[in-house]
Amino acid sequence: MGLIRFFKKIEPDKTKHPFMHTLYDGFFSFVFVPNHTTSNGVHIRDGMDLKRLMTFVVIALIPAYLFGIYNIGHQHFIAMKEFPGFFEAANLKFFYGLIKIIPIFIVANVVGLGLEFYYAYKRGHNIEEGFLVTGALIPLIMPPDIPLWILALAVVFAVIIGKEAFGGTGMNIWNIALLTRMFVFFAYPTSITGDTVWVSGFETLKVGAAADYSWWHTGLLNTIFDWFGWLKFDPSGVIADGFSGATPLGIGAEGGWEGIVSRYPNGVSDLFWGKIPGSIGETSKPLIILGGIFLLVTRVASWRIMLGAVLGTALTAILLNFWGATPMMQIPWYYQFFIGSALFAIVFMATDPVTAASTNKGKWIYGFFIGFLAIVIRVLNPAYPEGWMLAIIFMNTLAPMIDYYTIQNHIKKRLKRA
Amino acid sequence: MNYLRKGHDIRLQGAAAKHIVPAEGVSTFAVQPFNFRGIVPIPKLNVNPGDKVLAGDVLLIDKKRPELKFVAPVSGEIESINRGEKRAIKEIVIKYNGNMEYKSFNPPDLKSCERAELVSFLQDAGVWPLIRQRPFNMVPDTESIPKNIFISTFDTAPLAPDLSFVMNESGESFQAGLEVLRKLTNGKVHLGLDANRKNAPSSVFRSAQNVEKHWFRGKHPAGNVGVQIHHIDPINQGDKVWTLNVQDVALIGDLFVKKIFNSKRVVALTGSEVGGAKYIETYMGANICQMIRDKVETENIRIISGDVLSGEQKFKCEFLNAFDDQITVIPEGNQYELFGWLAPGVARPSISRTFLNFIFKNREFKVTTNSRGEKRAFVVTGDYESVLPMNIYPQHLMKAILIKDYELMEGLGIYEIEDEDIAICEFACLSKQNLQQILRQGQELLIAQA
Repeated sequence: MGLIRFFKKIEPDKTKHPFMHTLYDGFFSFVFVPNHTTSNGVHIRDGMDLKRLMTFVVIALIPAYLFGIYNIGHQHFIAMKEFPGFFEAANLKFFYGLIKIIPIFIVANVVGLGLEFYYAYKRGHNIEEGFLVTGALIPLIMPPDIPLWILALAVVFAVIIGKEAFGGTGMNIWNIALLTRMFVFFAYPTSITGDTVWVSGFETLKVGAAADYSWWHTGLLNTIFDWFGWLKFDPSGVIADGFSGATPLGIGAEGGWEGIVSRYPNGVSDLFWGKIPGSIGETSKPLIILGGIFLLVTRVASWRIMLGAVLGTALTAILLNFWGATPMMQIPWYYQFFIGSALFAIVFMATDPVTAASTNKGKWIYGFFIGFLAIVIRVLNPAYPEGWMLAIIFMNTLAPMIDYYTIQNHIKKRLKRA
Repeated sequence: MNYLRKGHDIRLQGAAAKHIVPAEGVSTFAVQPFNFRGIVPIPKLNVNPGDKVLAGDVLLIDKKRPELKFVAPVSGEIESINRGEKRAIKEIVIKYNGNMEYKSFNPPDLKSCERAELVSFLQDAGVWPLIRQRPFNMVPDTESIPKNIFISTFDTAPLAPDLSFVMNESGESFQAGLEVLRKLTNGKVHLGLDANRKNAPSSVFRSAQNVEKHWFRGKHPAGNVGVQIHHIDPINQGDKVWTLNVQDVALIGDLFVKKIFNSKRVVALTGSEVGGAKYIETYMGANICQMIRDKVETENIRIISGDVLSGEQKFKCEFLNAFDDQITVIPEGNQYELFGWLAPGVARPSISRTFLNFIFKNREFKVTTNSRGEKRAFVVTGDYESVLPMNIYPQHLMKAILIKDYELMEGLGIYEIEDEDIAICEFACLSKQNLQQILRQGQELLIAQA
């Protein structure tokens, strides 16, 4: 194969340029399955490896990505009361979202992968594919207007303190993507909480504020759209009267389910399809479910965790329905899945195999308590409008303990058998 | 019947056709002390190169336990004594002239003899090392009496020989062997039978007398004796049980029926690189390259004594291991593959559903030795459990071994599991960890501590 010969020719010297060699090796093993053969054990191996596993998670995220990109644009124009139909001005909405998400994606991945490469070189390891999924998840759980320097700082914190300090891929205690979000949440709360961060593209989110377009919009894209005779970005747009950037969670605490539904033109349907403000990837329920089904059919993610979390959420919400003391408690239990990041967290965050419980029994418990805690935080604690991030990080922390007791129980049974 | 729901059958090309041919041109045989666990590395030699021996003559005596003797599988002349690292004896090679001469034995009467008398006869006849004592598959202690004896009458490993077919003619010897074993334990002799296939096990197994029969249905490793023990009467700390291969049971039986050390062994010659794969009748410790000569087409191959999961790689002109009844030859996988980890449904076996292969359940694969990825930390969980039909946490056991936590290893059931049982987990491991090697480390730690 000529391609192999070319690659071998450009291979940097390992002793002279160790960092370049690490990079080269990472790229080379990305393009080719290496020629390693089995030794000291089985003679044939399963065709599956970590790269393939991670890639399949990324594939499952693609629908949520596409929708998230489009929805950034949709929310932007909704704020100006322009193009209220979802598919109206599709070119503007999609490219508006694309221009928002590309820098977020690049910053998250360049910073994260850069650190990963650096540590691989430092330790003399191969580059491991751990950041592949993390880097794809991080943009999806951020608000569209997240300042890039905050994002970069958060990724640095999460990768170094959360992962590399513990030994790298497979050794971390907390979900790296959620740790990134948590860092932003506690260090720069105003950029990720409240009513004003979920709709992007305005200097401030007040009635009358002007849309904030750059050269990319008015210069480059408008020229291109002009060629095709498509709609163009209009820099004179302002936020229309009566606009509020509040998310369903913000509204629900005051107005309950009726308040949430009346806020959106199509009510429940908008919530379900995801035509609402929120973190970039969390809004579209059908596409997240699609990704979830893909992960379950390919058996990449644990069904025990997903089902456990669904049961935990439902049971807790039903109990709170019976209590019913606040408007939030009265939200019908099944609608709890429609608001906030419930489904996204259950499908993509809770199922991270490294930070979840590792025993099958433990996975049920782990999943159930994620659902339970998330709803408790969401409904009972007015200071934190959403509980999934905290619930999963908390259960990540407890997962080793769940495993410990499951294992001890198993050992006791074995001793009793004797 | 025990229905084991977990497991995974690996279907490979090159199953042996149901046809036994005598081995032609196999002229050297060897006894390899490395095959037996728990003996000293340099046993005392009882012969010198050039000596003439009969089948059944003593070649080696263990220095620590002089009652342990290893005998010649065939008659002929001692060709060489090959040594390995630190002068440990690697193999004693016998040149066989095609004319088998047996030493004749004088077995005690099974009905009237004492256990001790029987044991010392079996040790003198050299069949004692063919019994394996669990935990750790050791040569059994002379003093201890096994709690039970287990024999699996079917093998579910990839391309494994059909033991019902192999043993079909050896009914009398097999039954005689079972009678001997029955005398050696205070417990029972347990026979694991195959409930998977339509053509039920051979009548040799079905009509075996004075044993407890257990039917097992399930994918590999349902045929592993370790898995069967786990479901019949699991090994607890301090227990000692014995296991034997069916052909070795017949060998013990022949000491009483024919009064000879009959090391006859039917070997399945399998794998995609063997032309016209079939069964070969030869003797224990046969020379592998003489057996596969003319049948192997290409150069870049791997020869394995045993199956692809737990067999041992053999190089040119090495010998069949004492407990093996299979040789597998597969292509080496030392080539690169462009974007191999991304392709949707390429021809390779996998437990993963990310390949479309799982739809075509009966497809047979030609598999190379490529490791299909690089070694990683343990990332996914639950994969090992999904292929091992035992109530064991394999991943946690492996981690307990890696951190050398003796108590945890014992608690998690290290006594119940052997290389061949964990091998299917190693196959499935997407982090490409060497689980059999880790398990052996753990066993060595516990053996050293005992």
